[in-house]
This record gives sequence, C-alpha cells and structure tokens, in this order.
Amino acid sequence: MQALEGNQQRYTISIFTEDKVGLLSRITGIFTRRKINVDSLTVSETENKGISRFTVVIRTLPERIGVIVRQIEKQVEVLKAFYYTDEQIVYQELALYKMPTEAFAGSQAVEKIIRDNYARVITIEPEFIVIEKTGHEEETTKLFNELKPYGVLSFVRSGRIAIAKPMKLLKVHLEELENISEF
Amino acid sequence: MLLQQEAETSTAFHTQTLMGECVIAKKGISGAEAVVLSLLAEGVECVFGYPGGAIMPVYDALYDYRDRLQHFLVRHEQGAAHAAQGYARVQRRAGVCMATSGPGATNLITGIADAMIDSTPIVCITGQVGKHLLGTDAFQETDVIGISMPITKWNYQVTRAEEIPEAIAKAFYIAQSGRPGPVLIDITKNAQTEIFDFQYRKCLKIRSYFPKRKVDIDAIQRAAELINRAERPFMLIGQGVILSGAQDDVKEMAEKAGIPVASTLLGLSAMSVHHPQYVGYLGMHGNYGPNVLTNQCDVLIAIGMRFDDRVTGRLDSYAKQAKVIHIEIDPAEIDKNVKTEVAIVADAKEALQALLPLLEIKRYPEWMAKFKECDAIEREKVILKDFAPTTPLPKMAEVIHMLSQKTKGKAIIATDVGQHQMMATRYYQFDEPYSNITSGGLGTMGFCLPAAIGAKIGKPNREVIAIIGDGGFQMTIQELGVIMQYNIPVKIMVLNNNFLGMVRQWQQLFFDRRYSSVDMQNPDFVKLAEAYRIPARRVETREQLSDALDEMLHSQSAFFLEVMVEKEDNVFPMVPAGAAVAEIRLE
Ligand SMILES: Cc1ncc(C[n+]2csc(CCOP(=O)(O)OP(=O)(O)O)c2C)c(N)n1
Ligand SMILES: [Mg+2]
Repeated sequence: MQALEGNQQRYTISIFTEDKVGLLSRITGIFTRRKINVDSLTVSETENKGISRFTVVIRTLPERIGVIVRQIEKQVEVLKAFYYTDEQIVYQELALYKMPTEAFAGSQAVEKIIRDNYARVITIEPEFIVIEKTGHEEETTKLFNELKPYGVLSFVRSGRIAIAKPMKLLKVHLEELENISEF
Repeated sequence: MLLQQEAETSTAFHTQTLMGECVIAKKGISGAEAVVLSLLAEGVECVFGYPGGAIMPVYDALYDYRDRLQHFLVRHEQGAAHAAQGYARVQRRAGVCMATSGPGATNLITGIADAMIDSTPIVCITGQVGKHLLGTDAFQETDVIGISMPITKWNYQVTRAEEIPEAIAKAFYIAQSGRPGPVLIDITKNAQTEIFDFQYRKCLKIRSYFPKRKVDIDAIQRAAELINRAERPFMLIGQGVILSGAQDDVKEMAEKAGIPVASTLLGLSAMSVHHPQYVGYLGMHGNYGPNVLTNQCDVLIAIGMRFDDRVTGRLDSYAKQAKVIHIEIDPAEIDKNVKTEVAIVADAKEALQALLPLLEIKRYPEWMAKFKECDAIEREKVILKDFAPTTPLPKMAEVIHMLSQKTKGKAIIATDVGQHQMMATRYYQFDEPYSNITSGGLGTMGFCLPAAIGAKIGKPNREVIAIIGDGGFQMTIQELGVIMQYNIPVKIMVLNNNFLGMVRQWQQLFFDRRYSSVDMQNPDFVKLAEAYRIPARRVETREQLSDALDEMLHSQSAFFLEVMVEKEDNVFPMVPAGAAVAEIRLE
C-alpha cells in the first residue's frame, strides 16, 4: 500500500454519476490538476439504473479532501460524491494469482498457503492454475509474498470497492439536495 | 425480480433532464438547420465565428437565416470566444461562438479558459469530422472534448442530428444557471447533414445538477447576528454581485448597516465609486485602505467572490482576526481558500434580500475614518505622484483620469492585461453598473479588443472604450478587421509605453532591472488602424491629450487613439506576490 506522507490520510471517495462518456476524464482531471495520484479506481453500475459509481482511493490532507470532493460534485453530471476514511466503510479488493501447475506438484505447501489465506483455486489448466483471493490490500499482498517463492507468473489486483456504513440512501441524499435547491 | 427492481428505481430517480414545452418544431430538416433554429429558440441574435470544413453545413444554414441571426466573422477564433464573453458580460446572458474542427476549435481554447475562470456564460459550437472518422487522425480531427474538458463547465459531442436540440438546450441552461461558465458542443459533420424532425424544448432541470440553493434562513440569522454585533465589519463584493444583479441590495445593506464596501477587480462598477460607503478596490494593485484594513476588520462579509490569490496575498496572514461570512453561489468555493464562520450558499441577491431586514441600522464613524486615513496616505504617496505632470510624456494615470472625467464614469471600459489594466481599473471612476470588462482570473493578453467588440454589439447605445497596452494589442490586433467590416463604433485607446510594462515592472522590482525581452519595437499603430479605415490619432505630448480624447469621444464611428505614455512608470500600491495584504508597498 502507498505510504502516507506527513498528515496525509487515505480516503475512499464514492462518486455517483450519470452513465456518460467522458466523465472518467473529468473526474480524474480533478486529481491530475492537483497532482494527486489515484491509488485505485473502480467504475461500476449501481442498484439504480443509469447511475454509475466511481470508487477512488487517494491520499491527501484532511483539510483538502472536502475541497476536492466539492470540486467533483460540482461537475454537472455528478449526482453526489462522498468521502470516507477506512473506518467508515466496508471494503474489499479482489486479487488473482497465476501460478505454474508444477508448483503444486510434489508438495502440499502451496495448497496450505491457499487454505491458510482463505483463497481459492478458480481454474486449473495443464500449465497454470489461477488462485483468487478477496480481502484488503495487506491480505492480498501477504498471499502474494507467500506464493512468490513458488513462482507467481502473473498477479493482478482490482481497485477497491467499498460500501459505506451509514444507512442513508443515495436517493434520500438527492431528495434533500432537491429540497434545498432552485432550478 | 429484475423487472421489479427497475420499476422501483425509475420512480426513485426522475428522468435525467426535464424539458419544457415544445417552442419550435419543423419536420425533415438538417442537423445544421436545427443548430440555427435552436439558437433562435434561445433568443440568440448574433454569433461570433469562423467557418471551415467541418462546420460548413451550419454556415450554409446560417446563410438562410442571415436576416434573423447575424454572424460576425472574426479574424481569429480566439477573438470569437472573447467577443462572445464581452457580449455576455453586458447582455447578462450567454454569448455564442462557433468554429470549425481542429485548429478552429483549438484557437477557441484561450477564450474558453478565460470564460471558465471568470464565470462568463458562453456557448461554443465546434464542427467535428464525421462520426465514422472519429479516432482515425482524420484531417482536422482534434479531440476537442478532451482538450476542453477541464476548462468547460460542461461539454458534449453530438454524433446524431436528433441529439442537437437537447444538447443545445442543455448547453444554454448550464452556461447561464448557477455559477455561469463556458460550455462546448462538438457536432460531427454527419450530424449536421442528417435529416430529422426537429422539436425544440428548453431545458428546465438536469437531475444531477443543482445550480442554486435556496437561502438557508438559519445561516442568514447567524450572519445577521455576527454583523449586528460587529465593531469593524467590512464587505467585499465580487462579480457574483453583478451576475446576480444585486448591486442595489449591496448598496442598501451598506447604507443601512453602515458597512464599508470594497470591490474585487471583477466586481468593479457594481457600486459607484462615489458612494460614501465605497472604500475602493482590493488586491495586488488595489487601494491601500481596503487591503490593509482587511487585516483589521472583525467581520468580513464576502459576497460573490472567490478569494483569489491576487486578492488575498499570503493566505496564512489574510484576515486571520476576522470572522468570515461567505455568500457564494458555488459550494465548491466555500472554505476553498479562506475558512468561513458562516457560509451562505446562495445567489447573492436572494441572500442579501433575506439578510437585509435582519440588520440593524449602524454607523461606524471611527472605522470609516480609518479608511479615510489610508486614503489620505495613498493619495499623498501614490495618487498625487501618478497625476503629477512631472514626466515628459503623460503617465497612464493621467490619461485614465482625464478619460474618466470626460466620460463622467459612464462608459463601458474594456481593458487588456498589464499596467494599463491596473491603472484603468484604479483610476476610472465607475459610476454605472455593468461597465467593467476585463480578464481577471486568466489575465489573458489579447482579451480586450475582441471583448470590446462583443460588448459594443451587445450594448450599442453605450460608449465602449477599449484600453489596451502596446503588447496585448498585437495579440488580437487582427480584429480591427471586424470593426471595419461591420462598422462597430468602438473606441480604442492604446497606452503605448513601448514595453511589456507589467513584466518590466516586475523585472525592475524583483529581478534587479534585468530587462529580459520586454522592450518592444512597435509598428506605426496609427497607420495600421488607418489601413483598416479606422480614423486614428497619436498623442505625443501631454498638451495634445485633452483634445485627442475629445475627438475620440465625439467620433460617431470607431476611433483609434494611440497615447505615448511614460515608459518606466510603475503601478503602486502593490502587494508583492506571496506577501500579506498588510505588507502592501506604496513605492
Ligand atoms: C497571453 C499572455 N501572455 C503573457 C502574459 C504575461 N504578461 C502579463 S502583463 C504583460 C505585459 C503586457 O504588456 P502591454 O500589453 O504592453 O501592457 P502594459 O503592461 O505595458 O500596460 C505580459 C507579457 C499574459 N498575461 N498573457
Ligand atoms: Mg506596454
């Protein structure tokens, strides 16, 4: 995981947007302009038709995060943006590990690593096996480090996805905004 | 199950855009004609632009509608964007500009960036290569959507004719609502030629866009309490006051609550400089009192302004002693630069109208006297020197002062960027609203001439005077052709110091007078203006000035006046970049 510098904090930003071409650039541009590196980014559909969710992980100072999120929310096609510290969300990442099949031959070691890490095998081919693990970055990295001696051919990790702990629905947030707005 | 879920969400979220009644319909027309009809439906009377391959169908349609929609052919697309800005500032609605794909569109970019940072509503329409050619590096294909993304409030690429009416309706709605700004619609050539049944409906609402908040009465009450208890309240007004038309409300508040008022560069002309509560102009080259006393007030009421660094100087020593009330339409500006005690996210006029009845009648004679004391200091140390005829050539300040007196502060003053801009905005005694047109946030040299043209077209009955430096004049000088071709009676005054004066001043003060690439060998501007058939005159001595200004002001047509001014004049006061407002230098 990227180290935090000074008073930096890690934030997960959830952005609800219209499903429109170009919004990805508009949103990443807000970070680029401020020279903020995006540590992870995931775009997906939501439970609401036509509305996408961007989940972005960045590191920045507590006094800057609000300003940045308001700039995101200001974009015409962004419905609402929220930011959270790790404590305020439930989050996961998915990692895949491609291992040579022979790593499994002759010893139970790799199988034990998989079991101990609550990972699972999702594909077995003559030449390679693909292992999947869901978890926090520390956990998927730990598994990577343990598998490394047996020859990881390829490792990939998804961006973070997160669900916020507060119970308030997006719809309610938007209704509140409607009520305080004029058009 | 899935169906049910979809049904639920469609009631939860209304449709993406709410469109009004159909205002114009026409069957079987081209996308190009639809563009023109859409503009007419928005009440557009004129367009600034330049044709080229990818937008030729629209130009062909413009030909049919030439008696209802006037097109001004600029000489460079940057001029089209600035002219649309000048038009928008005086007309208080979106200006429209048009360009072809590729270089036409990229030439608009400076103007769009300027409109973005100065919150000016403009609608830019660019042609684009046909849909099937997108991404092939076709002739004059540029990713204009990508390039303009960070400098537009919204942009959209239209690839089918049917999208045109809604895209343009949204463009006008977005450009003009909330905090205004530039929008760009890129229209592929096939969309311009496709035939479809046109129906125009105005855009009333976009579900993801909340342009304006209702006034929060609770915040208003907290603000009123702070103001009523204040001992040294101070009001700062920005362009937001002008955009919302809150000039009278500001005046009323200043009069009732006895609060001194200072203006940002873009807020100038919102309040008459002759008003007894008006104490001057903020910022790097603003007045001494408002800058210094920002750090002595106890309640700072900022209205429709964004605490630009040219206003605040070093932030960690800006108004630290004050409780800040920020009235601002754009929530993203709240706490961006200056921490607020009370934020009122609302239109300035609506907020002030809610606030006014809660304010007590107050007078602060001692506090007001402090501004007077500072004025006296500035007068002695700066203004009298600026006005004193001590140099062989007149100084910029003298020229502006005389112009101000002759026009009684009633003209629309467009300025470019540099020393002349700061002198013009310092010494022109604005007495009418909507009179100051300048490039503030971007500081775009070349802005003035085309912006003045747009302003004159927007307000033909007002005197429009373009005040430009010899450097900036040459950045968009070709727009003299527009003045010639359409007989636009703009008055142009170039204050010629044969220098990139503002840069020279910085080199003198901060780089040991190492004058690096700031002296200019200039052409004969008078002959040049005359070549464009614009009556022209040069002032080479102080004695000629008054008569020349009279000739310019009495001219019924456009007029060009070149005034040779003192070469190494400096603009003071000055808050050096990165210094605190209280560290303002008087010499
Ligand atoms: C397009 C652009 N390029 C460069 C600058 C930097 N700049 C600011 S003021 C200035 C000098 C302007 O000279 P002139 O137009 O003669 O006006 P003066 O300061 O002499 O009144 C320059 C180069 C700018 N603001 N805009
Ligand atoms: Mg100059």
